[in-house]
Amino acid sequence: MSELRVDVAVVGAGPAGLAAAVAAAEAGAVVAVVDAANQPGGQFWRHRPEVGDADPDGRGHHDWDVFLDLRRRFRAGIAAGRVQHLPGLQVWMASRDDAGFTLRTTRTVVGGEGAGPTVHAARLVLCPGGYDRQLPVPGWDLPGVMAAGGVQAFLKANGALPGRRFVVAGTGPFLLPVAANIAEAGGEVLAVLESSSLSNWLPHWKAAASVPGKALEGAEYAGVFARHRIPYKTRSIVTAIEGGDRVRSVRWAKADADGRALPGTAGVFEDVDVVGFGWGFTPQMELPLSLGAETRVDADGSLVAVVDDRQESSVPGLFLAGEVTGVGGAVLAVLEGQAAGTAAADPAAVVLPAKGAARRDRHRRFARAMHQAHPVPAAWQDWLTPETLVCRCEEVPVSAVTEARDALGAEDSRSLKSFARVGMGWCQGRVCGFAASCLGAGPGEAAGQASLASAAKRPFAVPVPIPELASLDVLDD
Amino acid sequence: MSALDDAVRFTFDGRDLTAAPGQTVGAALVTNGVTAWRGTRKEGRPRGLFCGIGVCFDCLVTVDGVSNQRACLVDLCDGMEVRGSLADDAGAPDSSDVSAGADPDSAEETR
Repeated sequence: MSELRVDVAVVGAGPAGLAAAVAAAEAGAVVAVVDAANQPGGQFWRHRPEVGDADPDGRGHHDWDVFLDLRRRFRAGIAAGRVQHLPGLQVWMASRDDAGFTLRTTRTVVGGEGAGPTVHAARLVLCPGGYDRQLPVPGWDLPGVMAAGGVQAFLKANGALPGRRFVVAGTGPFLLPVAANIAEAGGEVLAVLESSSLSNWLPHWKAAASVPGKALEGAEYAGVFARHRIPYKTRSIVTAIEGGDRVRSVRWAKADADGRALPGTAGVFEDVDVVGFGWGFTPQMELPLSLGAETRVDADGSLVAVVDDRQESSVPGLFLAGEVTGVGGAVLAVLEGQAAGTAAADPAAVVLPAKGAARRDRHRRFARAMHQAHPVPAAWQDWLTPETLVCRCEEVPVSAVTEARDALGAEDSRSLKSFARVGMGWCQGRVCGFAASCLGAGPGEAAGQASLASAAKRPFAVPVPIPELASLDVLDD
Repeated sequence: MSALDDAVRFTFDGRDLTAAPGQTVGAALVTNGVTAWRGTRKEGRPRGLFCGIGVCFDCLVTVDGVSNQRACLVDLCDGMEVRGSLADDAGAPDSSDVSAGADPDSAEETR
């Protein structure tokens, strides 16, 4: 197993990680970048595999020029020997000692190459990103139901669609590019079901107007929706998904402000191939939590880490950027990454020029407004039946979770794990952790910080083969 | 070179299939009309792609004899042998490739 010593290690090569790596290298640090994917870009700039020097296609992407610029500087750093790119690797454990941080890695895809290298770094920048937040709904475990971001990733990475006829549902502006990209790739979007009302934005018009680029993006999507005749139904929810071996039909209804289905409004979409669900995003908190970073619950109900203006966490030398400090989009992630990378390379540096700092603050205000305009519906637990699966891996139904809560007093995700096995399977609660935490809190209740943290805290950040563990030559007391 | 010459050939549960180059195993299966290839351990419920980015582990397949690979992450290569668990029994767990931290009876529970 190889060992590597650098000034700054960066985990993740999405918008935040790329920006952090480039900034740290340009500030004079020797940098290692560990990324789960084979090529940089993260989920936001995920694209077709690059063959040789082929220029990837920027169609369907926003800020592609920003990516190309970061990639050019990233490659320059590699050429100059300042940046070492470690693709196809996931960090399964991060630890800290007097000398700094140690990252133990494993291959994202198991091959014959053995364990991944161990990276030692004086300072660490974590930019692990996030994934679609999910809520269970009857039938959501049928094949053909996907994360909205999963549909998007499928299209971006493979240049193909996972079906012909789509329903996109959930809440938030992210549903718009997903539906638009499906339509532009030749798929049929039967409807976008948005649980919130657009009037929710009215109290936040100032925050929205301060980021005009977002309004332009919105107008762009409105154009695509009109051209492809995509129905955008607000205050609308999926009530059940039906089918045998895969999705066939989707039942839906109009909803009140809390997300309760309104009587007499039920409808059905037939011949559906794919349902894409997205209820905002879940930041990947395993590594920040394992290093002891202080956390808080953000405006969207997600657990995020606390950072200062230099993106430094409560753990000295540990910098965080992107979703783990609050979900706010790629522009914000790049600005945060730039600040984190600069600060990690040089403790005395000015991390963001005044203009950049002002831009970052506007995007943070916009993100807060977005979260408040597109909340997880307060009454989502009303959609469930006792048989609805909460935990897909361990096949734990709602009844088992509510019984553990009501009869055994299991009100947090850790107790629910013990009593009902929710979150105990392959994904270790990554998919159901948020929903289980809410169910433990009770109907209409939001999940608390402790419950969210115990859903995301894992001794192993990702699965690691036993032989790799056995081959570790670590003989600590 | 025609598109057919470019196509990647692979087998799924013994069936000969082709896919466009540069796709993942998961995408190659789905574009061939295979939407489910795994059965859950308890009730054998069919599963295929869900998160699409390596987080949910719904899409596990056996690739060239290596079990429990995430189909959404593995790039398809010419001649790959892909197996699901729906074809044999209803997805009995494969004990030959236990991974710490992800197996249902992992360290997290026994701690």
